Amino acid sequence: MKKGIFQRHRRFIPLYLMMIPGFLYLFINNYIPMAGIIIAFKQVNFRLGILKSPWVGLNNFTYLFRTNDAWTITRNTILYNVAFIVLGTIMAIVLAILLNELKSKMGKKVYQTVILVPYLISMVVVSYLVNALLATETGFINNSIIGVFGGAPVSWYSTPKYWPVILVLVFLWKNFGYQSIIYYASVVGLDAGLYEAAAIDGATRWQRIIHVTLPGLKPTIITLVLMSIGRIFYSDFGLFYQVPMDSGPLINITNTIDTYVYRGLMQSNNIGMSSAAGVYQSLVGCALVLLANFIVNKVSKEDALF
Amino acid sequence: MVEKNNRFQIVVHFIMILLCVFCLFPFLLLVVSSFADEQQLIRDGYTIIPKSFSTAAYDYIFRNAATIFRAYGTTIMVTVIGTVMNIVLTTLLAYPLSRKDLPHRNVWSFLVFFTMLFNGGLVPSYIMWTQYFHIKNTYAALIVPGLMMGAFYVIMMRTNLSQNIPEEVLEAARIDGAGEWRILGRIVVPMSLPIIATLLLLVGLAYWNDWTNGLYYLTNKKFYTIQVLLNAMLQDLQVLLSSSFSGASNVDVSSMPSTSIKMAIAVVGAIPVLCIYPFFQKYFVKGITVGAVKG
Repeated sequence: MKKGIFQRHRRFIPLYLMMIPGFLYLFINNYIPMAGIIIAFKQVNFRLGILKSPWVGLNNFTYLFRTNDAWTITRNTILYNVAFIVLGTIMAIVLAILLNELKSKMGKKVYQTVILVPYLISMVVVSYLVNALLATETGFINNSIIGVFGGAPVSWYSTPKYWPVILVLVFLWKNFGYQSIIYYASVVGLDAGLYEAAAIDGATRWQRIIHVTLPGLKPTIITLVLMSIGRIFYSDFGLFYQVPMDSGPLINITNTIDTYVYRGLMQSNNIGMSSAAGVYQSLVGCALVLLANFIVNKVSKEDALF
Repeated sequence: MVEKNNRFQIVVHFIMILLCVFCLFPFLLLVVSSFADEQQLIRDGYTIIPKSFSTAAYDYIFRNAATIFRAYGTTIMVTVIGTVMNIVLTTLLAYPLSRKDLPHRNVWSFLVFFTMLFNGGLVPSYIMWTQYFHIKNTYAALIVPGLMMGAFYVIMMRTNLSQNIPEEVLEAARIDGAGEWRILGRIVVPMSLPIIATLLLLVGLAYWNDWTNGLYYLTNKKFYTIQVLLNAMLQDLQVLLSSSFSGASNVDVSSMPSTSIKMAIAVVGAIPVLCIYPFFQKYFVKGITVGAVKG
């Protein structure tokens, strides 16, 4: 019997060997830090080491949720993401349809190439670009737009009220091309027969878009939107930390869970609250992914992620 | 009817061109300003129409090039090593998972997949890498924490392999007496070159553009990549001048054309990707659509 199992597994030994490095890496990089969430329930003392540091129960969480920060970072993270999802999706779908309606092959290729350019640039370079536009003394907007019309220069990096709009614009600028191309691929993949049938029935362009293209895109829209909803507790660290140049006056409006965790860990050395915020993010984030998938399973089973 | 259609086409072209301008405008501003004269920049700000021409910023950067060249070298090294290691690890893990006869295949797949659902967050990872693996201020800090870029690429490749490599081919090879390693090297990898090329590009771009690992794990400028250097210079241009490793660099800080340098340095950081991109555009588009439509 024992020999039987061994025999059965023997031919898979090379396959197991192949998997060892990958799983070893995942174990170290992903699974050990998962166990590390115990840090959020401890008073970390590096001299004693993580395991021997004293337990403090839910104290870190109590402190975190007693501050205004917990509310601010949750609000910011969710509201920005909602704006990104709604505006990003609408813009991407409209563009995908426009690209598809375009007759010129050359045009399609050139436009696809150009709109993807911002996606390739790191957030650090994006911060330089934004700075060229917004710098108070030398920025393009203050000098060449507001200046020309005789307005007073705006100190962008210390005026919070503009930043929700600025951050949404930067996000759209960087990501709309990427999202459009995903939707465009999906439009191109639609059944050509449906379009022919619509044409024979005398459908106008508008009717064709409403009755053929959009319903055909539904699965892609559902999948992508739900995936983003599952990520609604996460934010692009660079967008919220680097693009506003870590500017103090803007913190209330640019602080998200990710920037809060980073600042707690690296700047204010508040490991307890920082790790509590991290665990809060992981748990709610995970719950949202599961919930999102549960909903897709109900709505259209074949589009579920798992 | 025909005329109406033409009008529609023109409107679509017009919208697309506007969007392209929206995309490219900041880059143009960057390039024009980097070639502008410092005094004119201070007077007029960054402008889109060249009003003066000066290469002072670039002269300055290349006179103090030690920092930048070193950062470039580090970026290239980290990108090459990291990308190759990533692809090797990913392929070695994805191929067995793609095999329908692998015992407990679902358990293994779930172990990979679960890392996408749940994570420990920055604090435990940071403490683990710095306190227990001591990667702070090493080249490993730039490579190791992002080695698999999440399990997403493994899942993507697994799906691709199981769809594109017919079981009969593997079976035939086995009957001919080929071992699993041989099958992987001689059949699976050559048959999956398109997906491997796509992954190479995506992972390579991610390594090239990464600056967060440098922000978390580096304090010593010796290890800076070009992105980490750019990031540090955004706060303080003097980073370029500090001579911690470049030997005698007794530069007069006050002579620095700091307004144009800021733009020139961003151009230097962005240009390689922008130059390479058009040649690989097809693969990028493919990578995006393959990865996103069904993981």
